[in-house]
Amino acid sequence: MIADNPWLDGLVRMGIIALAMPLAVIILTYVERKISGRMQQRLGPMRVGPYGLFQGLADTIKLLTKEDLRPQTADRWTFELAPFVVVVPVFLAFVTLPFTADLFVRNLGLGLFFIIAVSGVSIVGFVMAGWGSDNKYALLGGARAAAQLISYEIPLVLAVVAVAMIAYTPEAGRGSLNLVEIVDGQGRVPFIVWQPLAFFIFLVAGLAELYRQPFDIPVAESEVVGGPFIEYSGIRWSMFQMAEFVSMVLISVLAALLFLGGWNWPLGNGAGIALQIPLILVKTSFFILLFIWLRFSLPRLRIDQMMQFCWQVLLPFALLQIIINGWVLVYGWPDWTLGVSSGALTLVAGYLTYRAARQAAEEPVSPRLHRVGSVL
Amino acid sequence: MSYEEVIFYFVAAVTVLGALGVVLTRNVVHSALFLILALLAVAGVFILLSAEFLAIVQILIYGGAVTILILFVMMLTRVRDMPQALDGPQRPFAALAAGAFLVLSVLAALSSDWPGETREITVVPFREMGEALFRDWAVPFEVASLVLLVALIGAIVLARGEEGE
Repeated sequence: MIADNPWLDGLVRMGIIALAMPLAVIILTYVERKISGRMQQRLGPMRVGPYGLFQGLADTIKLLTKEDLRPQTADRWTFELAPFVVVVPVFLAFVTLPFTADLFVRNLGLGLFFIIAVSGVSIVGFVMAGWGSDNKYALLGGARAAAQLISYEIPLVLAVVAVAMIAYTPEAGRGSLNLVEIVDGQGRVPFIVWQPLAFFIFLVAGLAELYRQPFDIPVAESEVVGGPFIEYSGIRWSMFQMAEFVSMVLISVLAALLFLGGWNWPLGNGAGIALQIPLILVKTSFFILLFIWLRFSLPRLRIDQMMQFCWQVLLPFALLQIIINGWVLVYGWPDWTLGVSSGALTLVAGYLTYRAARQAAEEPVSPRLHRVGSVL
Repeated sequence: MSYEEVIFYFVAAVTVLGALGVVLTRNVVHSALFLILALLAVAGVFILLSAEFLAIVQILIYGGAVTILILFVMMLTRVRDMPQALDGPQRPFAALAAGAFLVLSVLAALSSDWPGETREITVVPFREMGEALFRDWAVPFEVASLVLLVALIGAIVLARGEEGE
């Protein structure tokens, strides 16, 4: 408790999040530009401050003072409210996201479910921006975003369900949606060992949720010129940008909590706060760096390829993982069966992905698929 | 007023305003957006009743559903043509029917005998709810999902039939 009054306490904690996240976004944009520079054999930002360290700050000032334009034919309220509808749900998800064993705003019993549900609302903002801009590329981008959402969200939720099924709590046995319980229930062995398949699905579907390469289909620069953001400038555009980076932090922290044991490590539970914070920071940074690395390594998928992959590969494997978890729980098989079966299925899923990537590179697209692709 | 009352009246006002917006705006997309406002506010009412699970389901389901609704609007209608399409010569009849229904429901509400006191909220644990749904009432649940599956397949068959023409 920071303050005695629960309302004031919640407000102060949310305030800390609301101040820390823009700072994290400023740092992350710098990190991303520097890494992209390295990967493309450039230096990246170098002018502002030593090694361009203040580039993010300068960009922020530029964006805040830039003119906030609105097309004359745009639908005024839809256009102006859309950035808020995108940003607010992402921040709401942080209400229940624990960073360490007692560093959170509120520890909800259904925390994991809450995060999934709330962060899904921001799609309404994307569609609002797409429709409200009165621009055909924005509209296409909005429609693509919605199509992408229905494809990735089901595997994402099912992968999370698989983890929630085997989360162990001392009082109630297996099964929990409370994030603190899920992390502490992992003990010395994180869930990535028991559930590699769910981890793989979560990672791919999470990447799709971030609209980053290779899943940046809705905002593809070379196809729809930025998609829903095309008409935005200044502060409203930077709100979309902030939402993207904050949800990258969200997905990374969530992956660290669910699959890498969060603030615990293999040497034992109950690490002090001085150890918990570095642990969660390192694990989260790992995922953030992975996402940035993937962004500059993989080519963009076509929308029909993305939909096919989500529905025909990720979804069946997510269901398989849930069925296996159910068997293990009902028949009381030992834990290692989980790890072995899930690991074997991960290899199969990986092979299928590899084969699909090879096929996509070699074979011409069938006419029907091409048509579906051209509609969205 | 207690915190709960303040929040209740706020949420109730948003729900009613959202619902009014759905029927009063002439633009279909605006109606859909007001609809999601009303539905999210209903989730707030559920939270006040300590039905956390129901509130989250409300957000999850309707957030996605309304998005799809807007998509259909974008694909099936030309929004610029819509303002007049919602009006027609049957307007007085519609007003009469709606007014009669309003009078009827107000009369019914006034004449019915409401229990005076409110009961304490009993919080149903999430675990019990899941067990009831998937163990005790598994067959009705499966039947419901079967009906949905049939509807889904039917929609696909209809959509593909059109494409072949």
